[in-house]
Amino acid sequence: MKKILDIKNLTIDFNTYAGRIQAVRNISFSLYEGEILAIVGESGCGKTVTSKSIMRLLPEATAQVNNHSEIIFDGQNVLKLKGKELKKIRGDEIAMIFQDPMSALNPTMKVGHQVAESLLIHTKITKKQAFKEAVQMLKLVGLPMAEKRAHEYPNQYSGGMRQRAMIAIALACKPKILIADEPTTALDVTIQAQIMKLIKTLQADLNTAIILVTHDLGIVAGMADRIQVMYAGQIIERGVREELFYDPQHPYTWALLRSVPKVSQKSKSQLYSITGTPPDLLYPPKGCAFAERCEYCMPICRKDPPVETIISKTQSVNCWLQHKDAPKLNKPSGLKGVIHGQSL
Amino acid sequence: MDNHYDKFVLVEYLQKYFRVSGKQKLKAVDGISFYIKRGETLGLVGESGCGKSTAGKTILGLHKPTNGKIIIDGQDITKLSSKEKKQFTRKIQMIFQDPYASLNPRMTVSDLIAEGLTIHKMGSKDTKLRKVHELLKLVGLNKEHASRFPHEFSGGQRQRIGIARALAIEPEFIICDEPVSALDVSIQAQVINLLIKLQKELHLTYLFIAHDLSMVRHISDRIAVMYLGKLVEIADTTNLFENTLHPYTKALLSAIPIADPHYEDKKQSIQLRGELPSSINPPSGCTFRTRCEFATSACAEKEPKLIAITNDHFVACHQVTSDK
Repeated sequence: MKKILDIKNLTIDFNTYAGRIQAVRNISFSLYEGEILAIVGESGCGKTVTSKSIMRLLPEATAQVNNHSEIIFDGQNVLKLKGKELKKIRGDEIAMIFQDPMSALNPTMKVGHQVAESLLIHTKITKKQAFKEAVQMLKLVGLPMAEKRAHEYPNQYSGGMRQRAMIAIALACKPKILIADEPTTALDVTIQAQIMKLIKTLQADLNTAIILVTHDLGIVAGMADRIQVMYAGQIIERGVREELFYDPQHPYTWALLRSVPKVSQKSKSQLYSITGTPPDLLYPPKGCAFAERCEYCMPICRKDPPVETIISKTQSVNCWLQHKDAPKLNKPSGLKGVIHGQSL
Repeated sequence: MDNHYDKFVLVEYLQKYFRVSGKQKLKAVDGISFYIKRGETLGLVGESGCGKSTAGKTILGLHKPTNGKIIIDGQDITKLSSKEKKQFTRKIQMIFQDPYASLNPRMTVSDLIAEGLTIHKMGSKDTKLRKVHELLKLVGLNKEHASRFPHEFSGGQRQRIGIARALAIEPEFIICDEPVSALDVSIQAQVINLLIKLQKELHLTYLFIAHDLSMVRHISDRIAVMYLGKLVEIADTTNLFENTLHPYTKALLSAIPIADPHYEDKKQSIQLRGELPSSINPPSGCTFRTRCEFATSACAEKEPKLIAITNDHFVACHQVTSDK
């Protein structure tokens, strides 16, 4: 498979009144053609900042991307692009859908025009043609009565319809990369299922590569080809879907999987929970960021950051437990198992 | 009411309509009935807009019901005078969804927790402070936190403050309205564990409103499923999940993504057509029929009633009950 996006040593700080917050700390990863890469982690782990930096959507006044950072798309470093060159990529080659469709859509503009907008910017096309195409796009994403609905405003849409409109806008120019940042968090489960199915079908038809940012492991299990787990601004484990769900290596990944209630678990029994909270990224810890909350913490973990250990061609983990001198552990039970046993 | 002695909370045909533009009515809650036994947790689930939060707020007394009875501990609270109501509502408290919006940012933690005690004139300044410290310990915070402000806390800690605040006046019945949906997975489990622990220690009765079925399953003894202002199915938790009857409940359960790739690959989820209809103009007969794959002409004509299938399993669906 061909690499279409290559991110190297991405480091992003935010200057706040309290000091420098190190939101993303030296991460590197690649995206391959036509795959769905999921980035998972809790709020504040840097997953949204990472995805926004690819689109260069971070506020320039406060966000500082380190000079050594590179985001290579199509042979050029996105971080170095200026004005026109950036505009060419943004919306045309790389598009994004956001968590909250209401605040991402323009409330004073008809939805049809909003879909047509990016076509008008990026292709040589008349307004009339663009609107026609926009209606086609809205049909493609399954908006009921698209001809009529294209003339309506976002406030006349339901949450699910707004998210469909956002997907139509994002895919209008047939981008090579789609970044979906928590695309269904604001939606109900039945609508979430519809939207996820839609994204998957369109992805297969258009061969778009997707970066799916989410905290929902259920969605990841159904959608992703590869998964990266982020914690405190770093990627702590990565691998293909089966590896991360059935053979995870990092105690944080174990903890995430164990936090989901299982069907086999007695109701009202104690749920597994991670004690404490993620570290303050104003003063990130010297060693492993997860050490404070880790059940398997060793003295070395607080002293030095763990290096990346390669587990397989596709899987790697940053954890001192992989060191040859570390004690051999049995992984905790209760990682696997479906949550409810309703028959299929 | 003698046969209802074990039904600590009894809601009968509760309706809450809101007037919207002109003479139209929005039927947020349209005739729901259920009971909760003392010390039990009833989960109330459904999609946004189904009326579950309105139901919770009406039971708490934040909305005046349009019709129906709310009997708590043998007393119909819809019939109380405002003074009696204030006394009585000491027994009921609520934990809200958004721990960022539900705590006054200008009050210290200690003032926030003691507010209920002050309103109900419970105890002197000293005893109040002692109580605040006790409560902080109970919810897993410590007394150094008492003088701080909400913005100094994380989401999970704020929800603990919200819980301490609800517990201050020693309620017997707590309505939890999506108490963990604003929190991260790892923090959700901490809060759920706390709620379970408190229920056991203080013998509390919960109405647990949520849309996340996996957490609801874990904490609830029984679960009620709501659709467009009406209850479509109520059963004990095991039966609801393993012996699901209503097509809507089935669709809702199949839509939950499961953190297990093999399961997800094999899963044949029931995709619901379209979206929730408006509760201003709900469909005639069965309100779910517009999205139901089994709907027949009979479903448009008559509204299905909640009918007992077994002792503790009720369902409102013509297709299910006609077989019986």
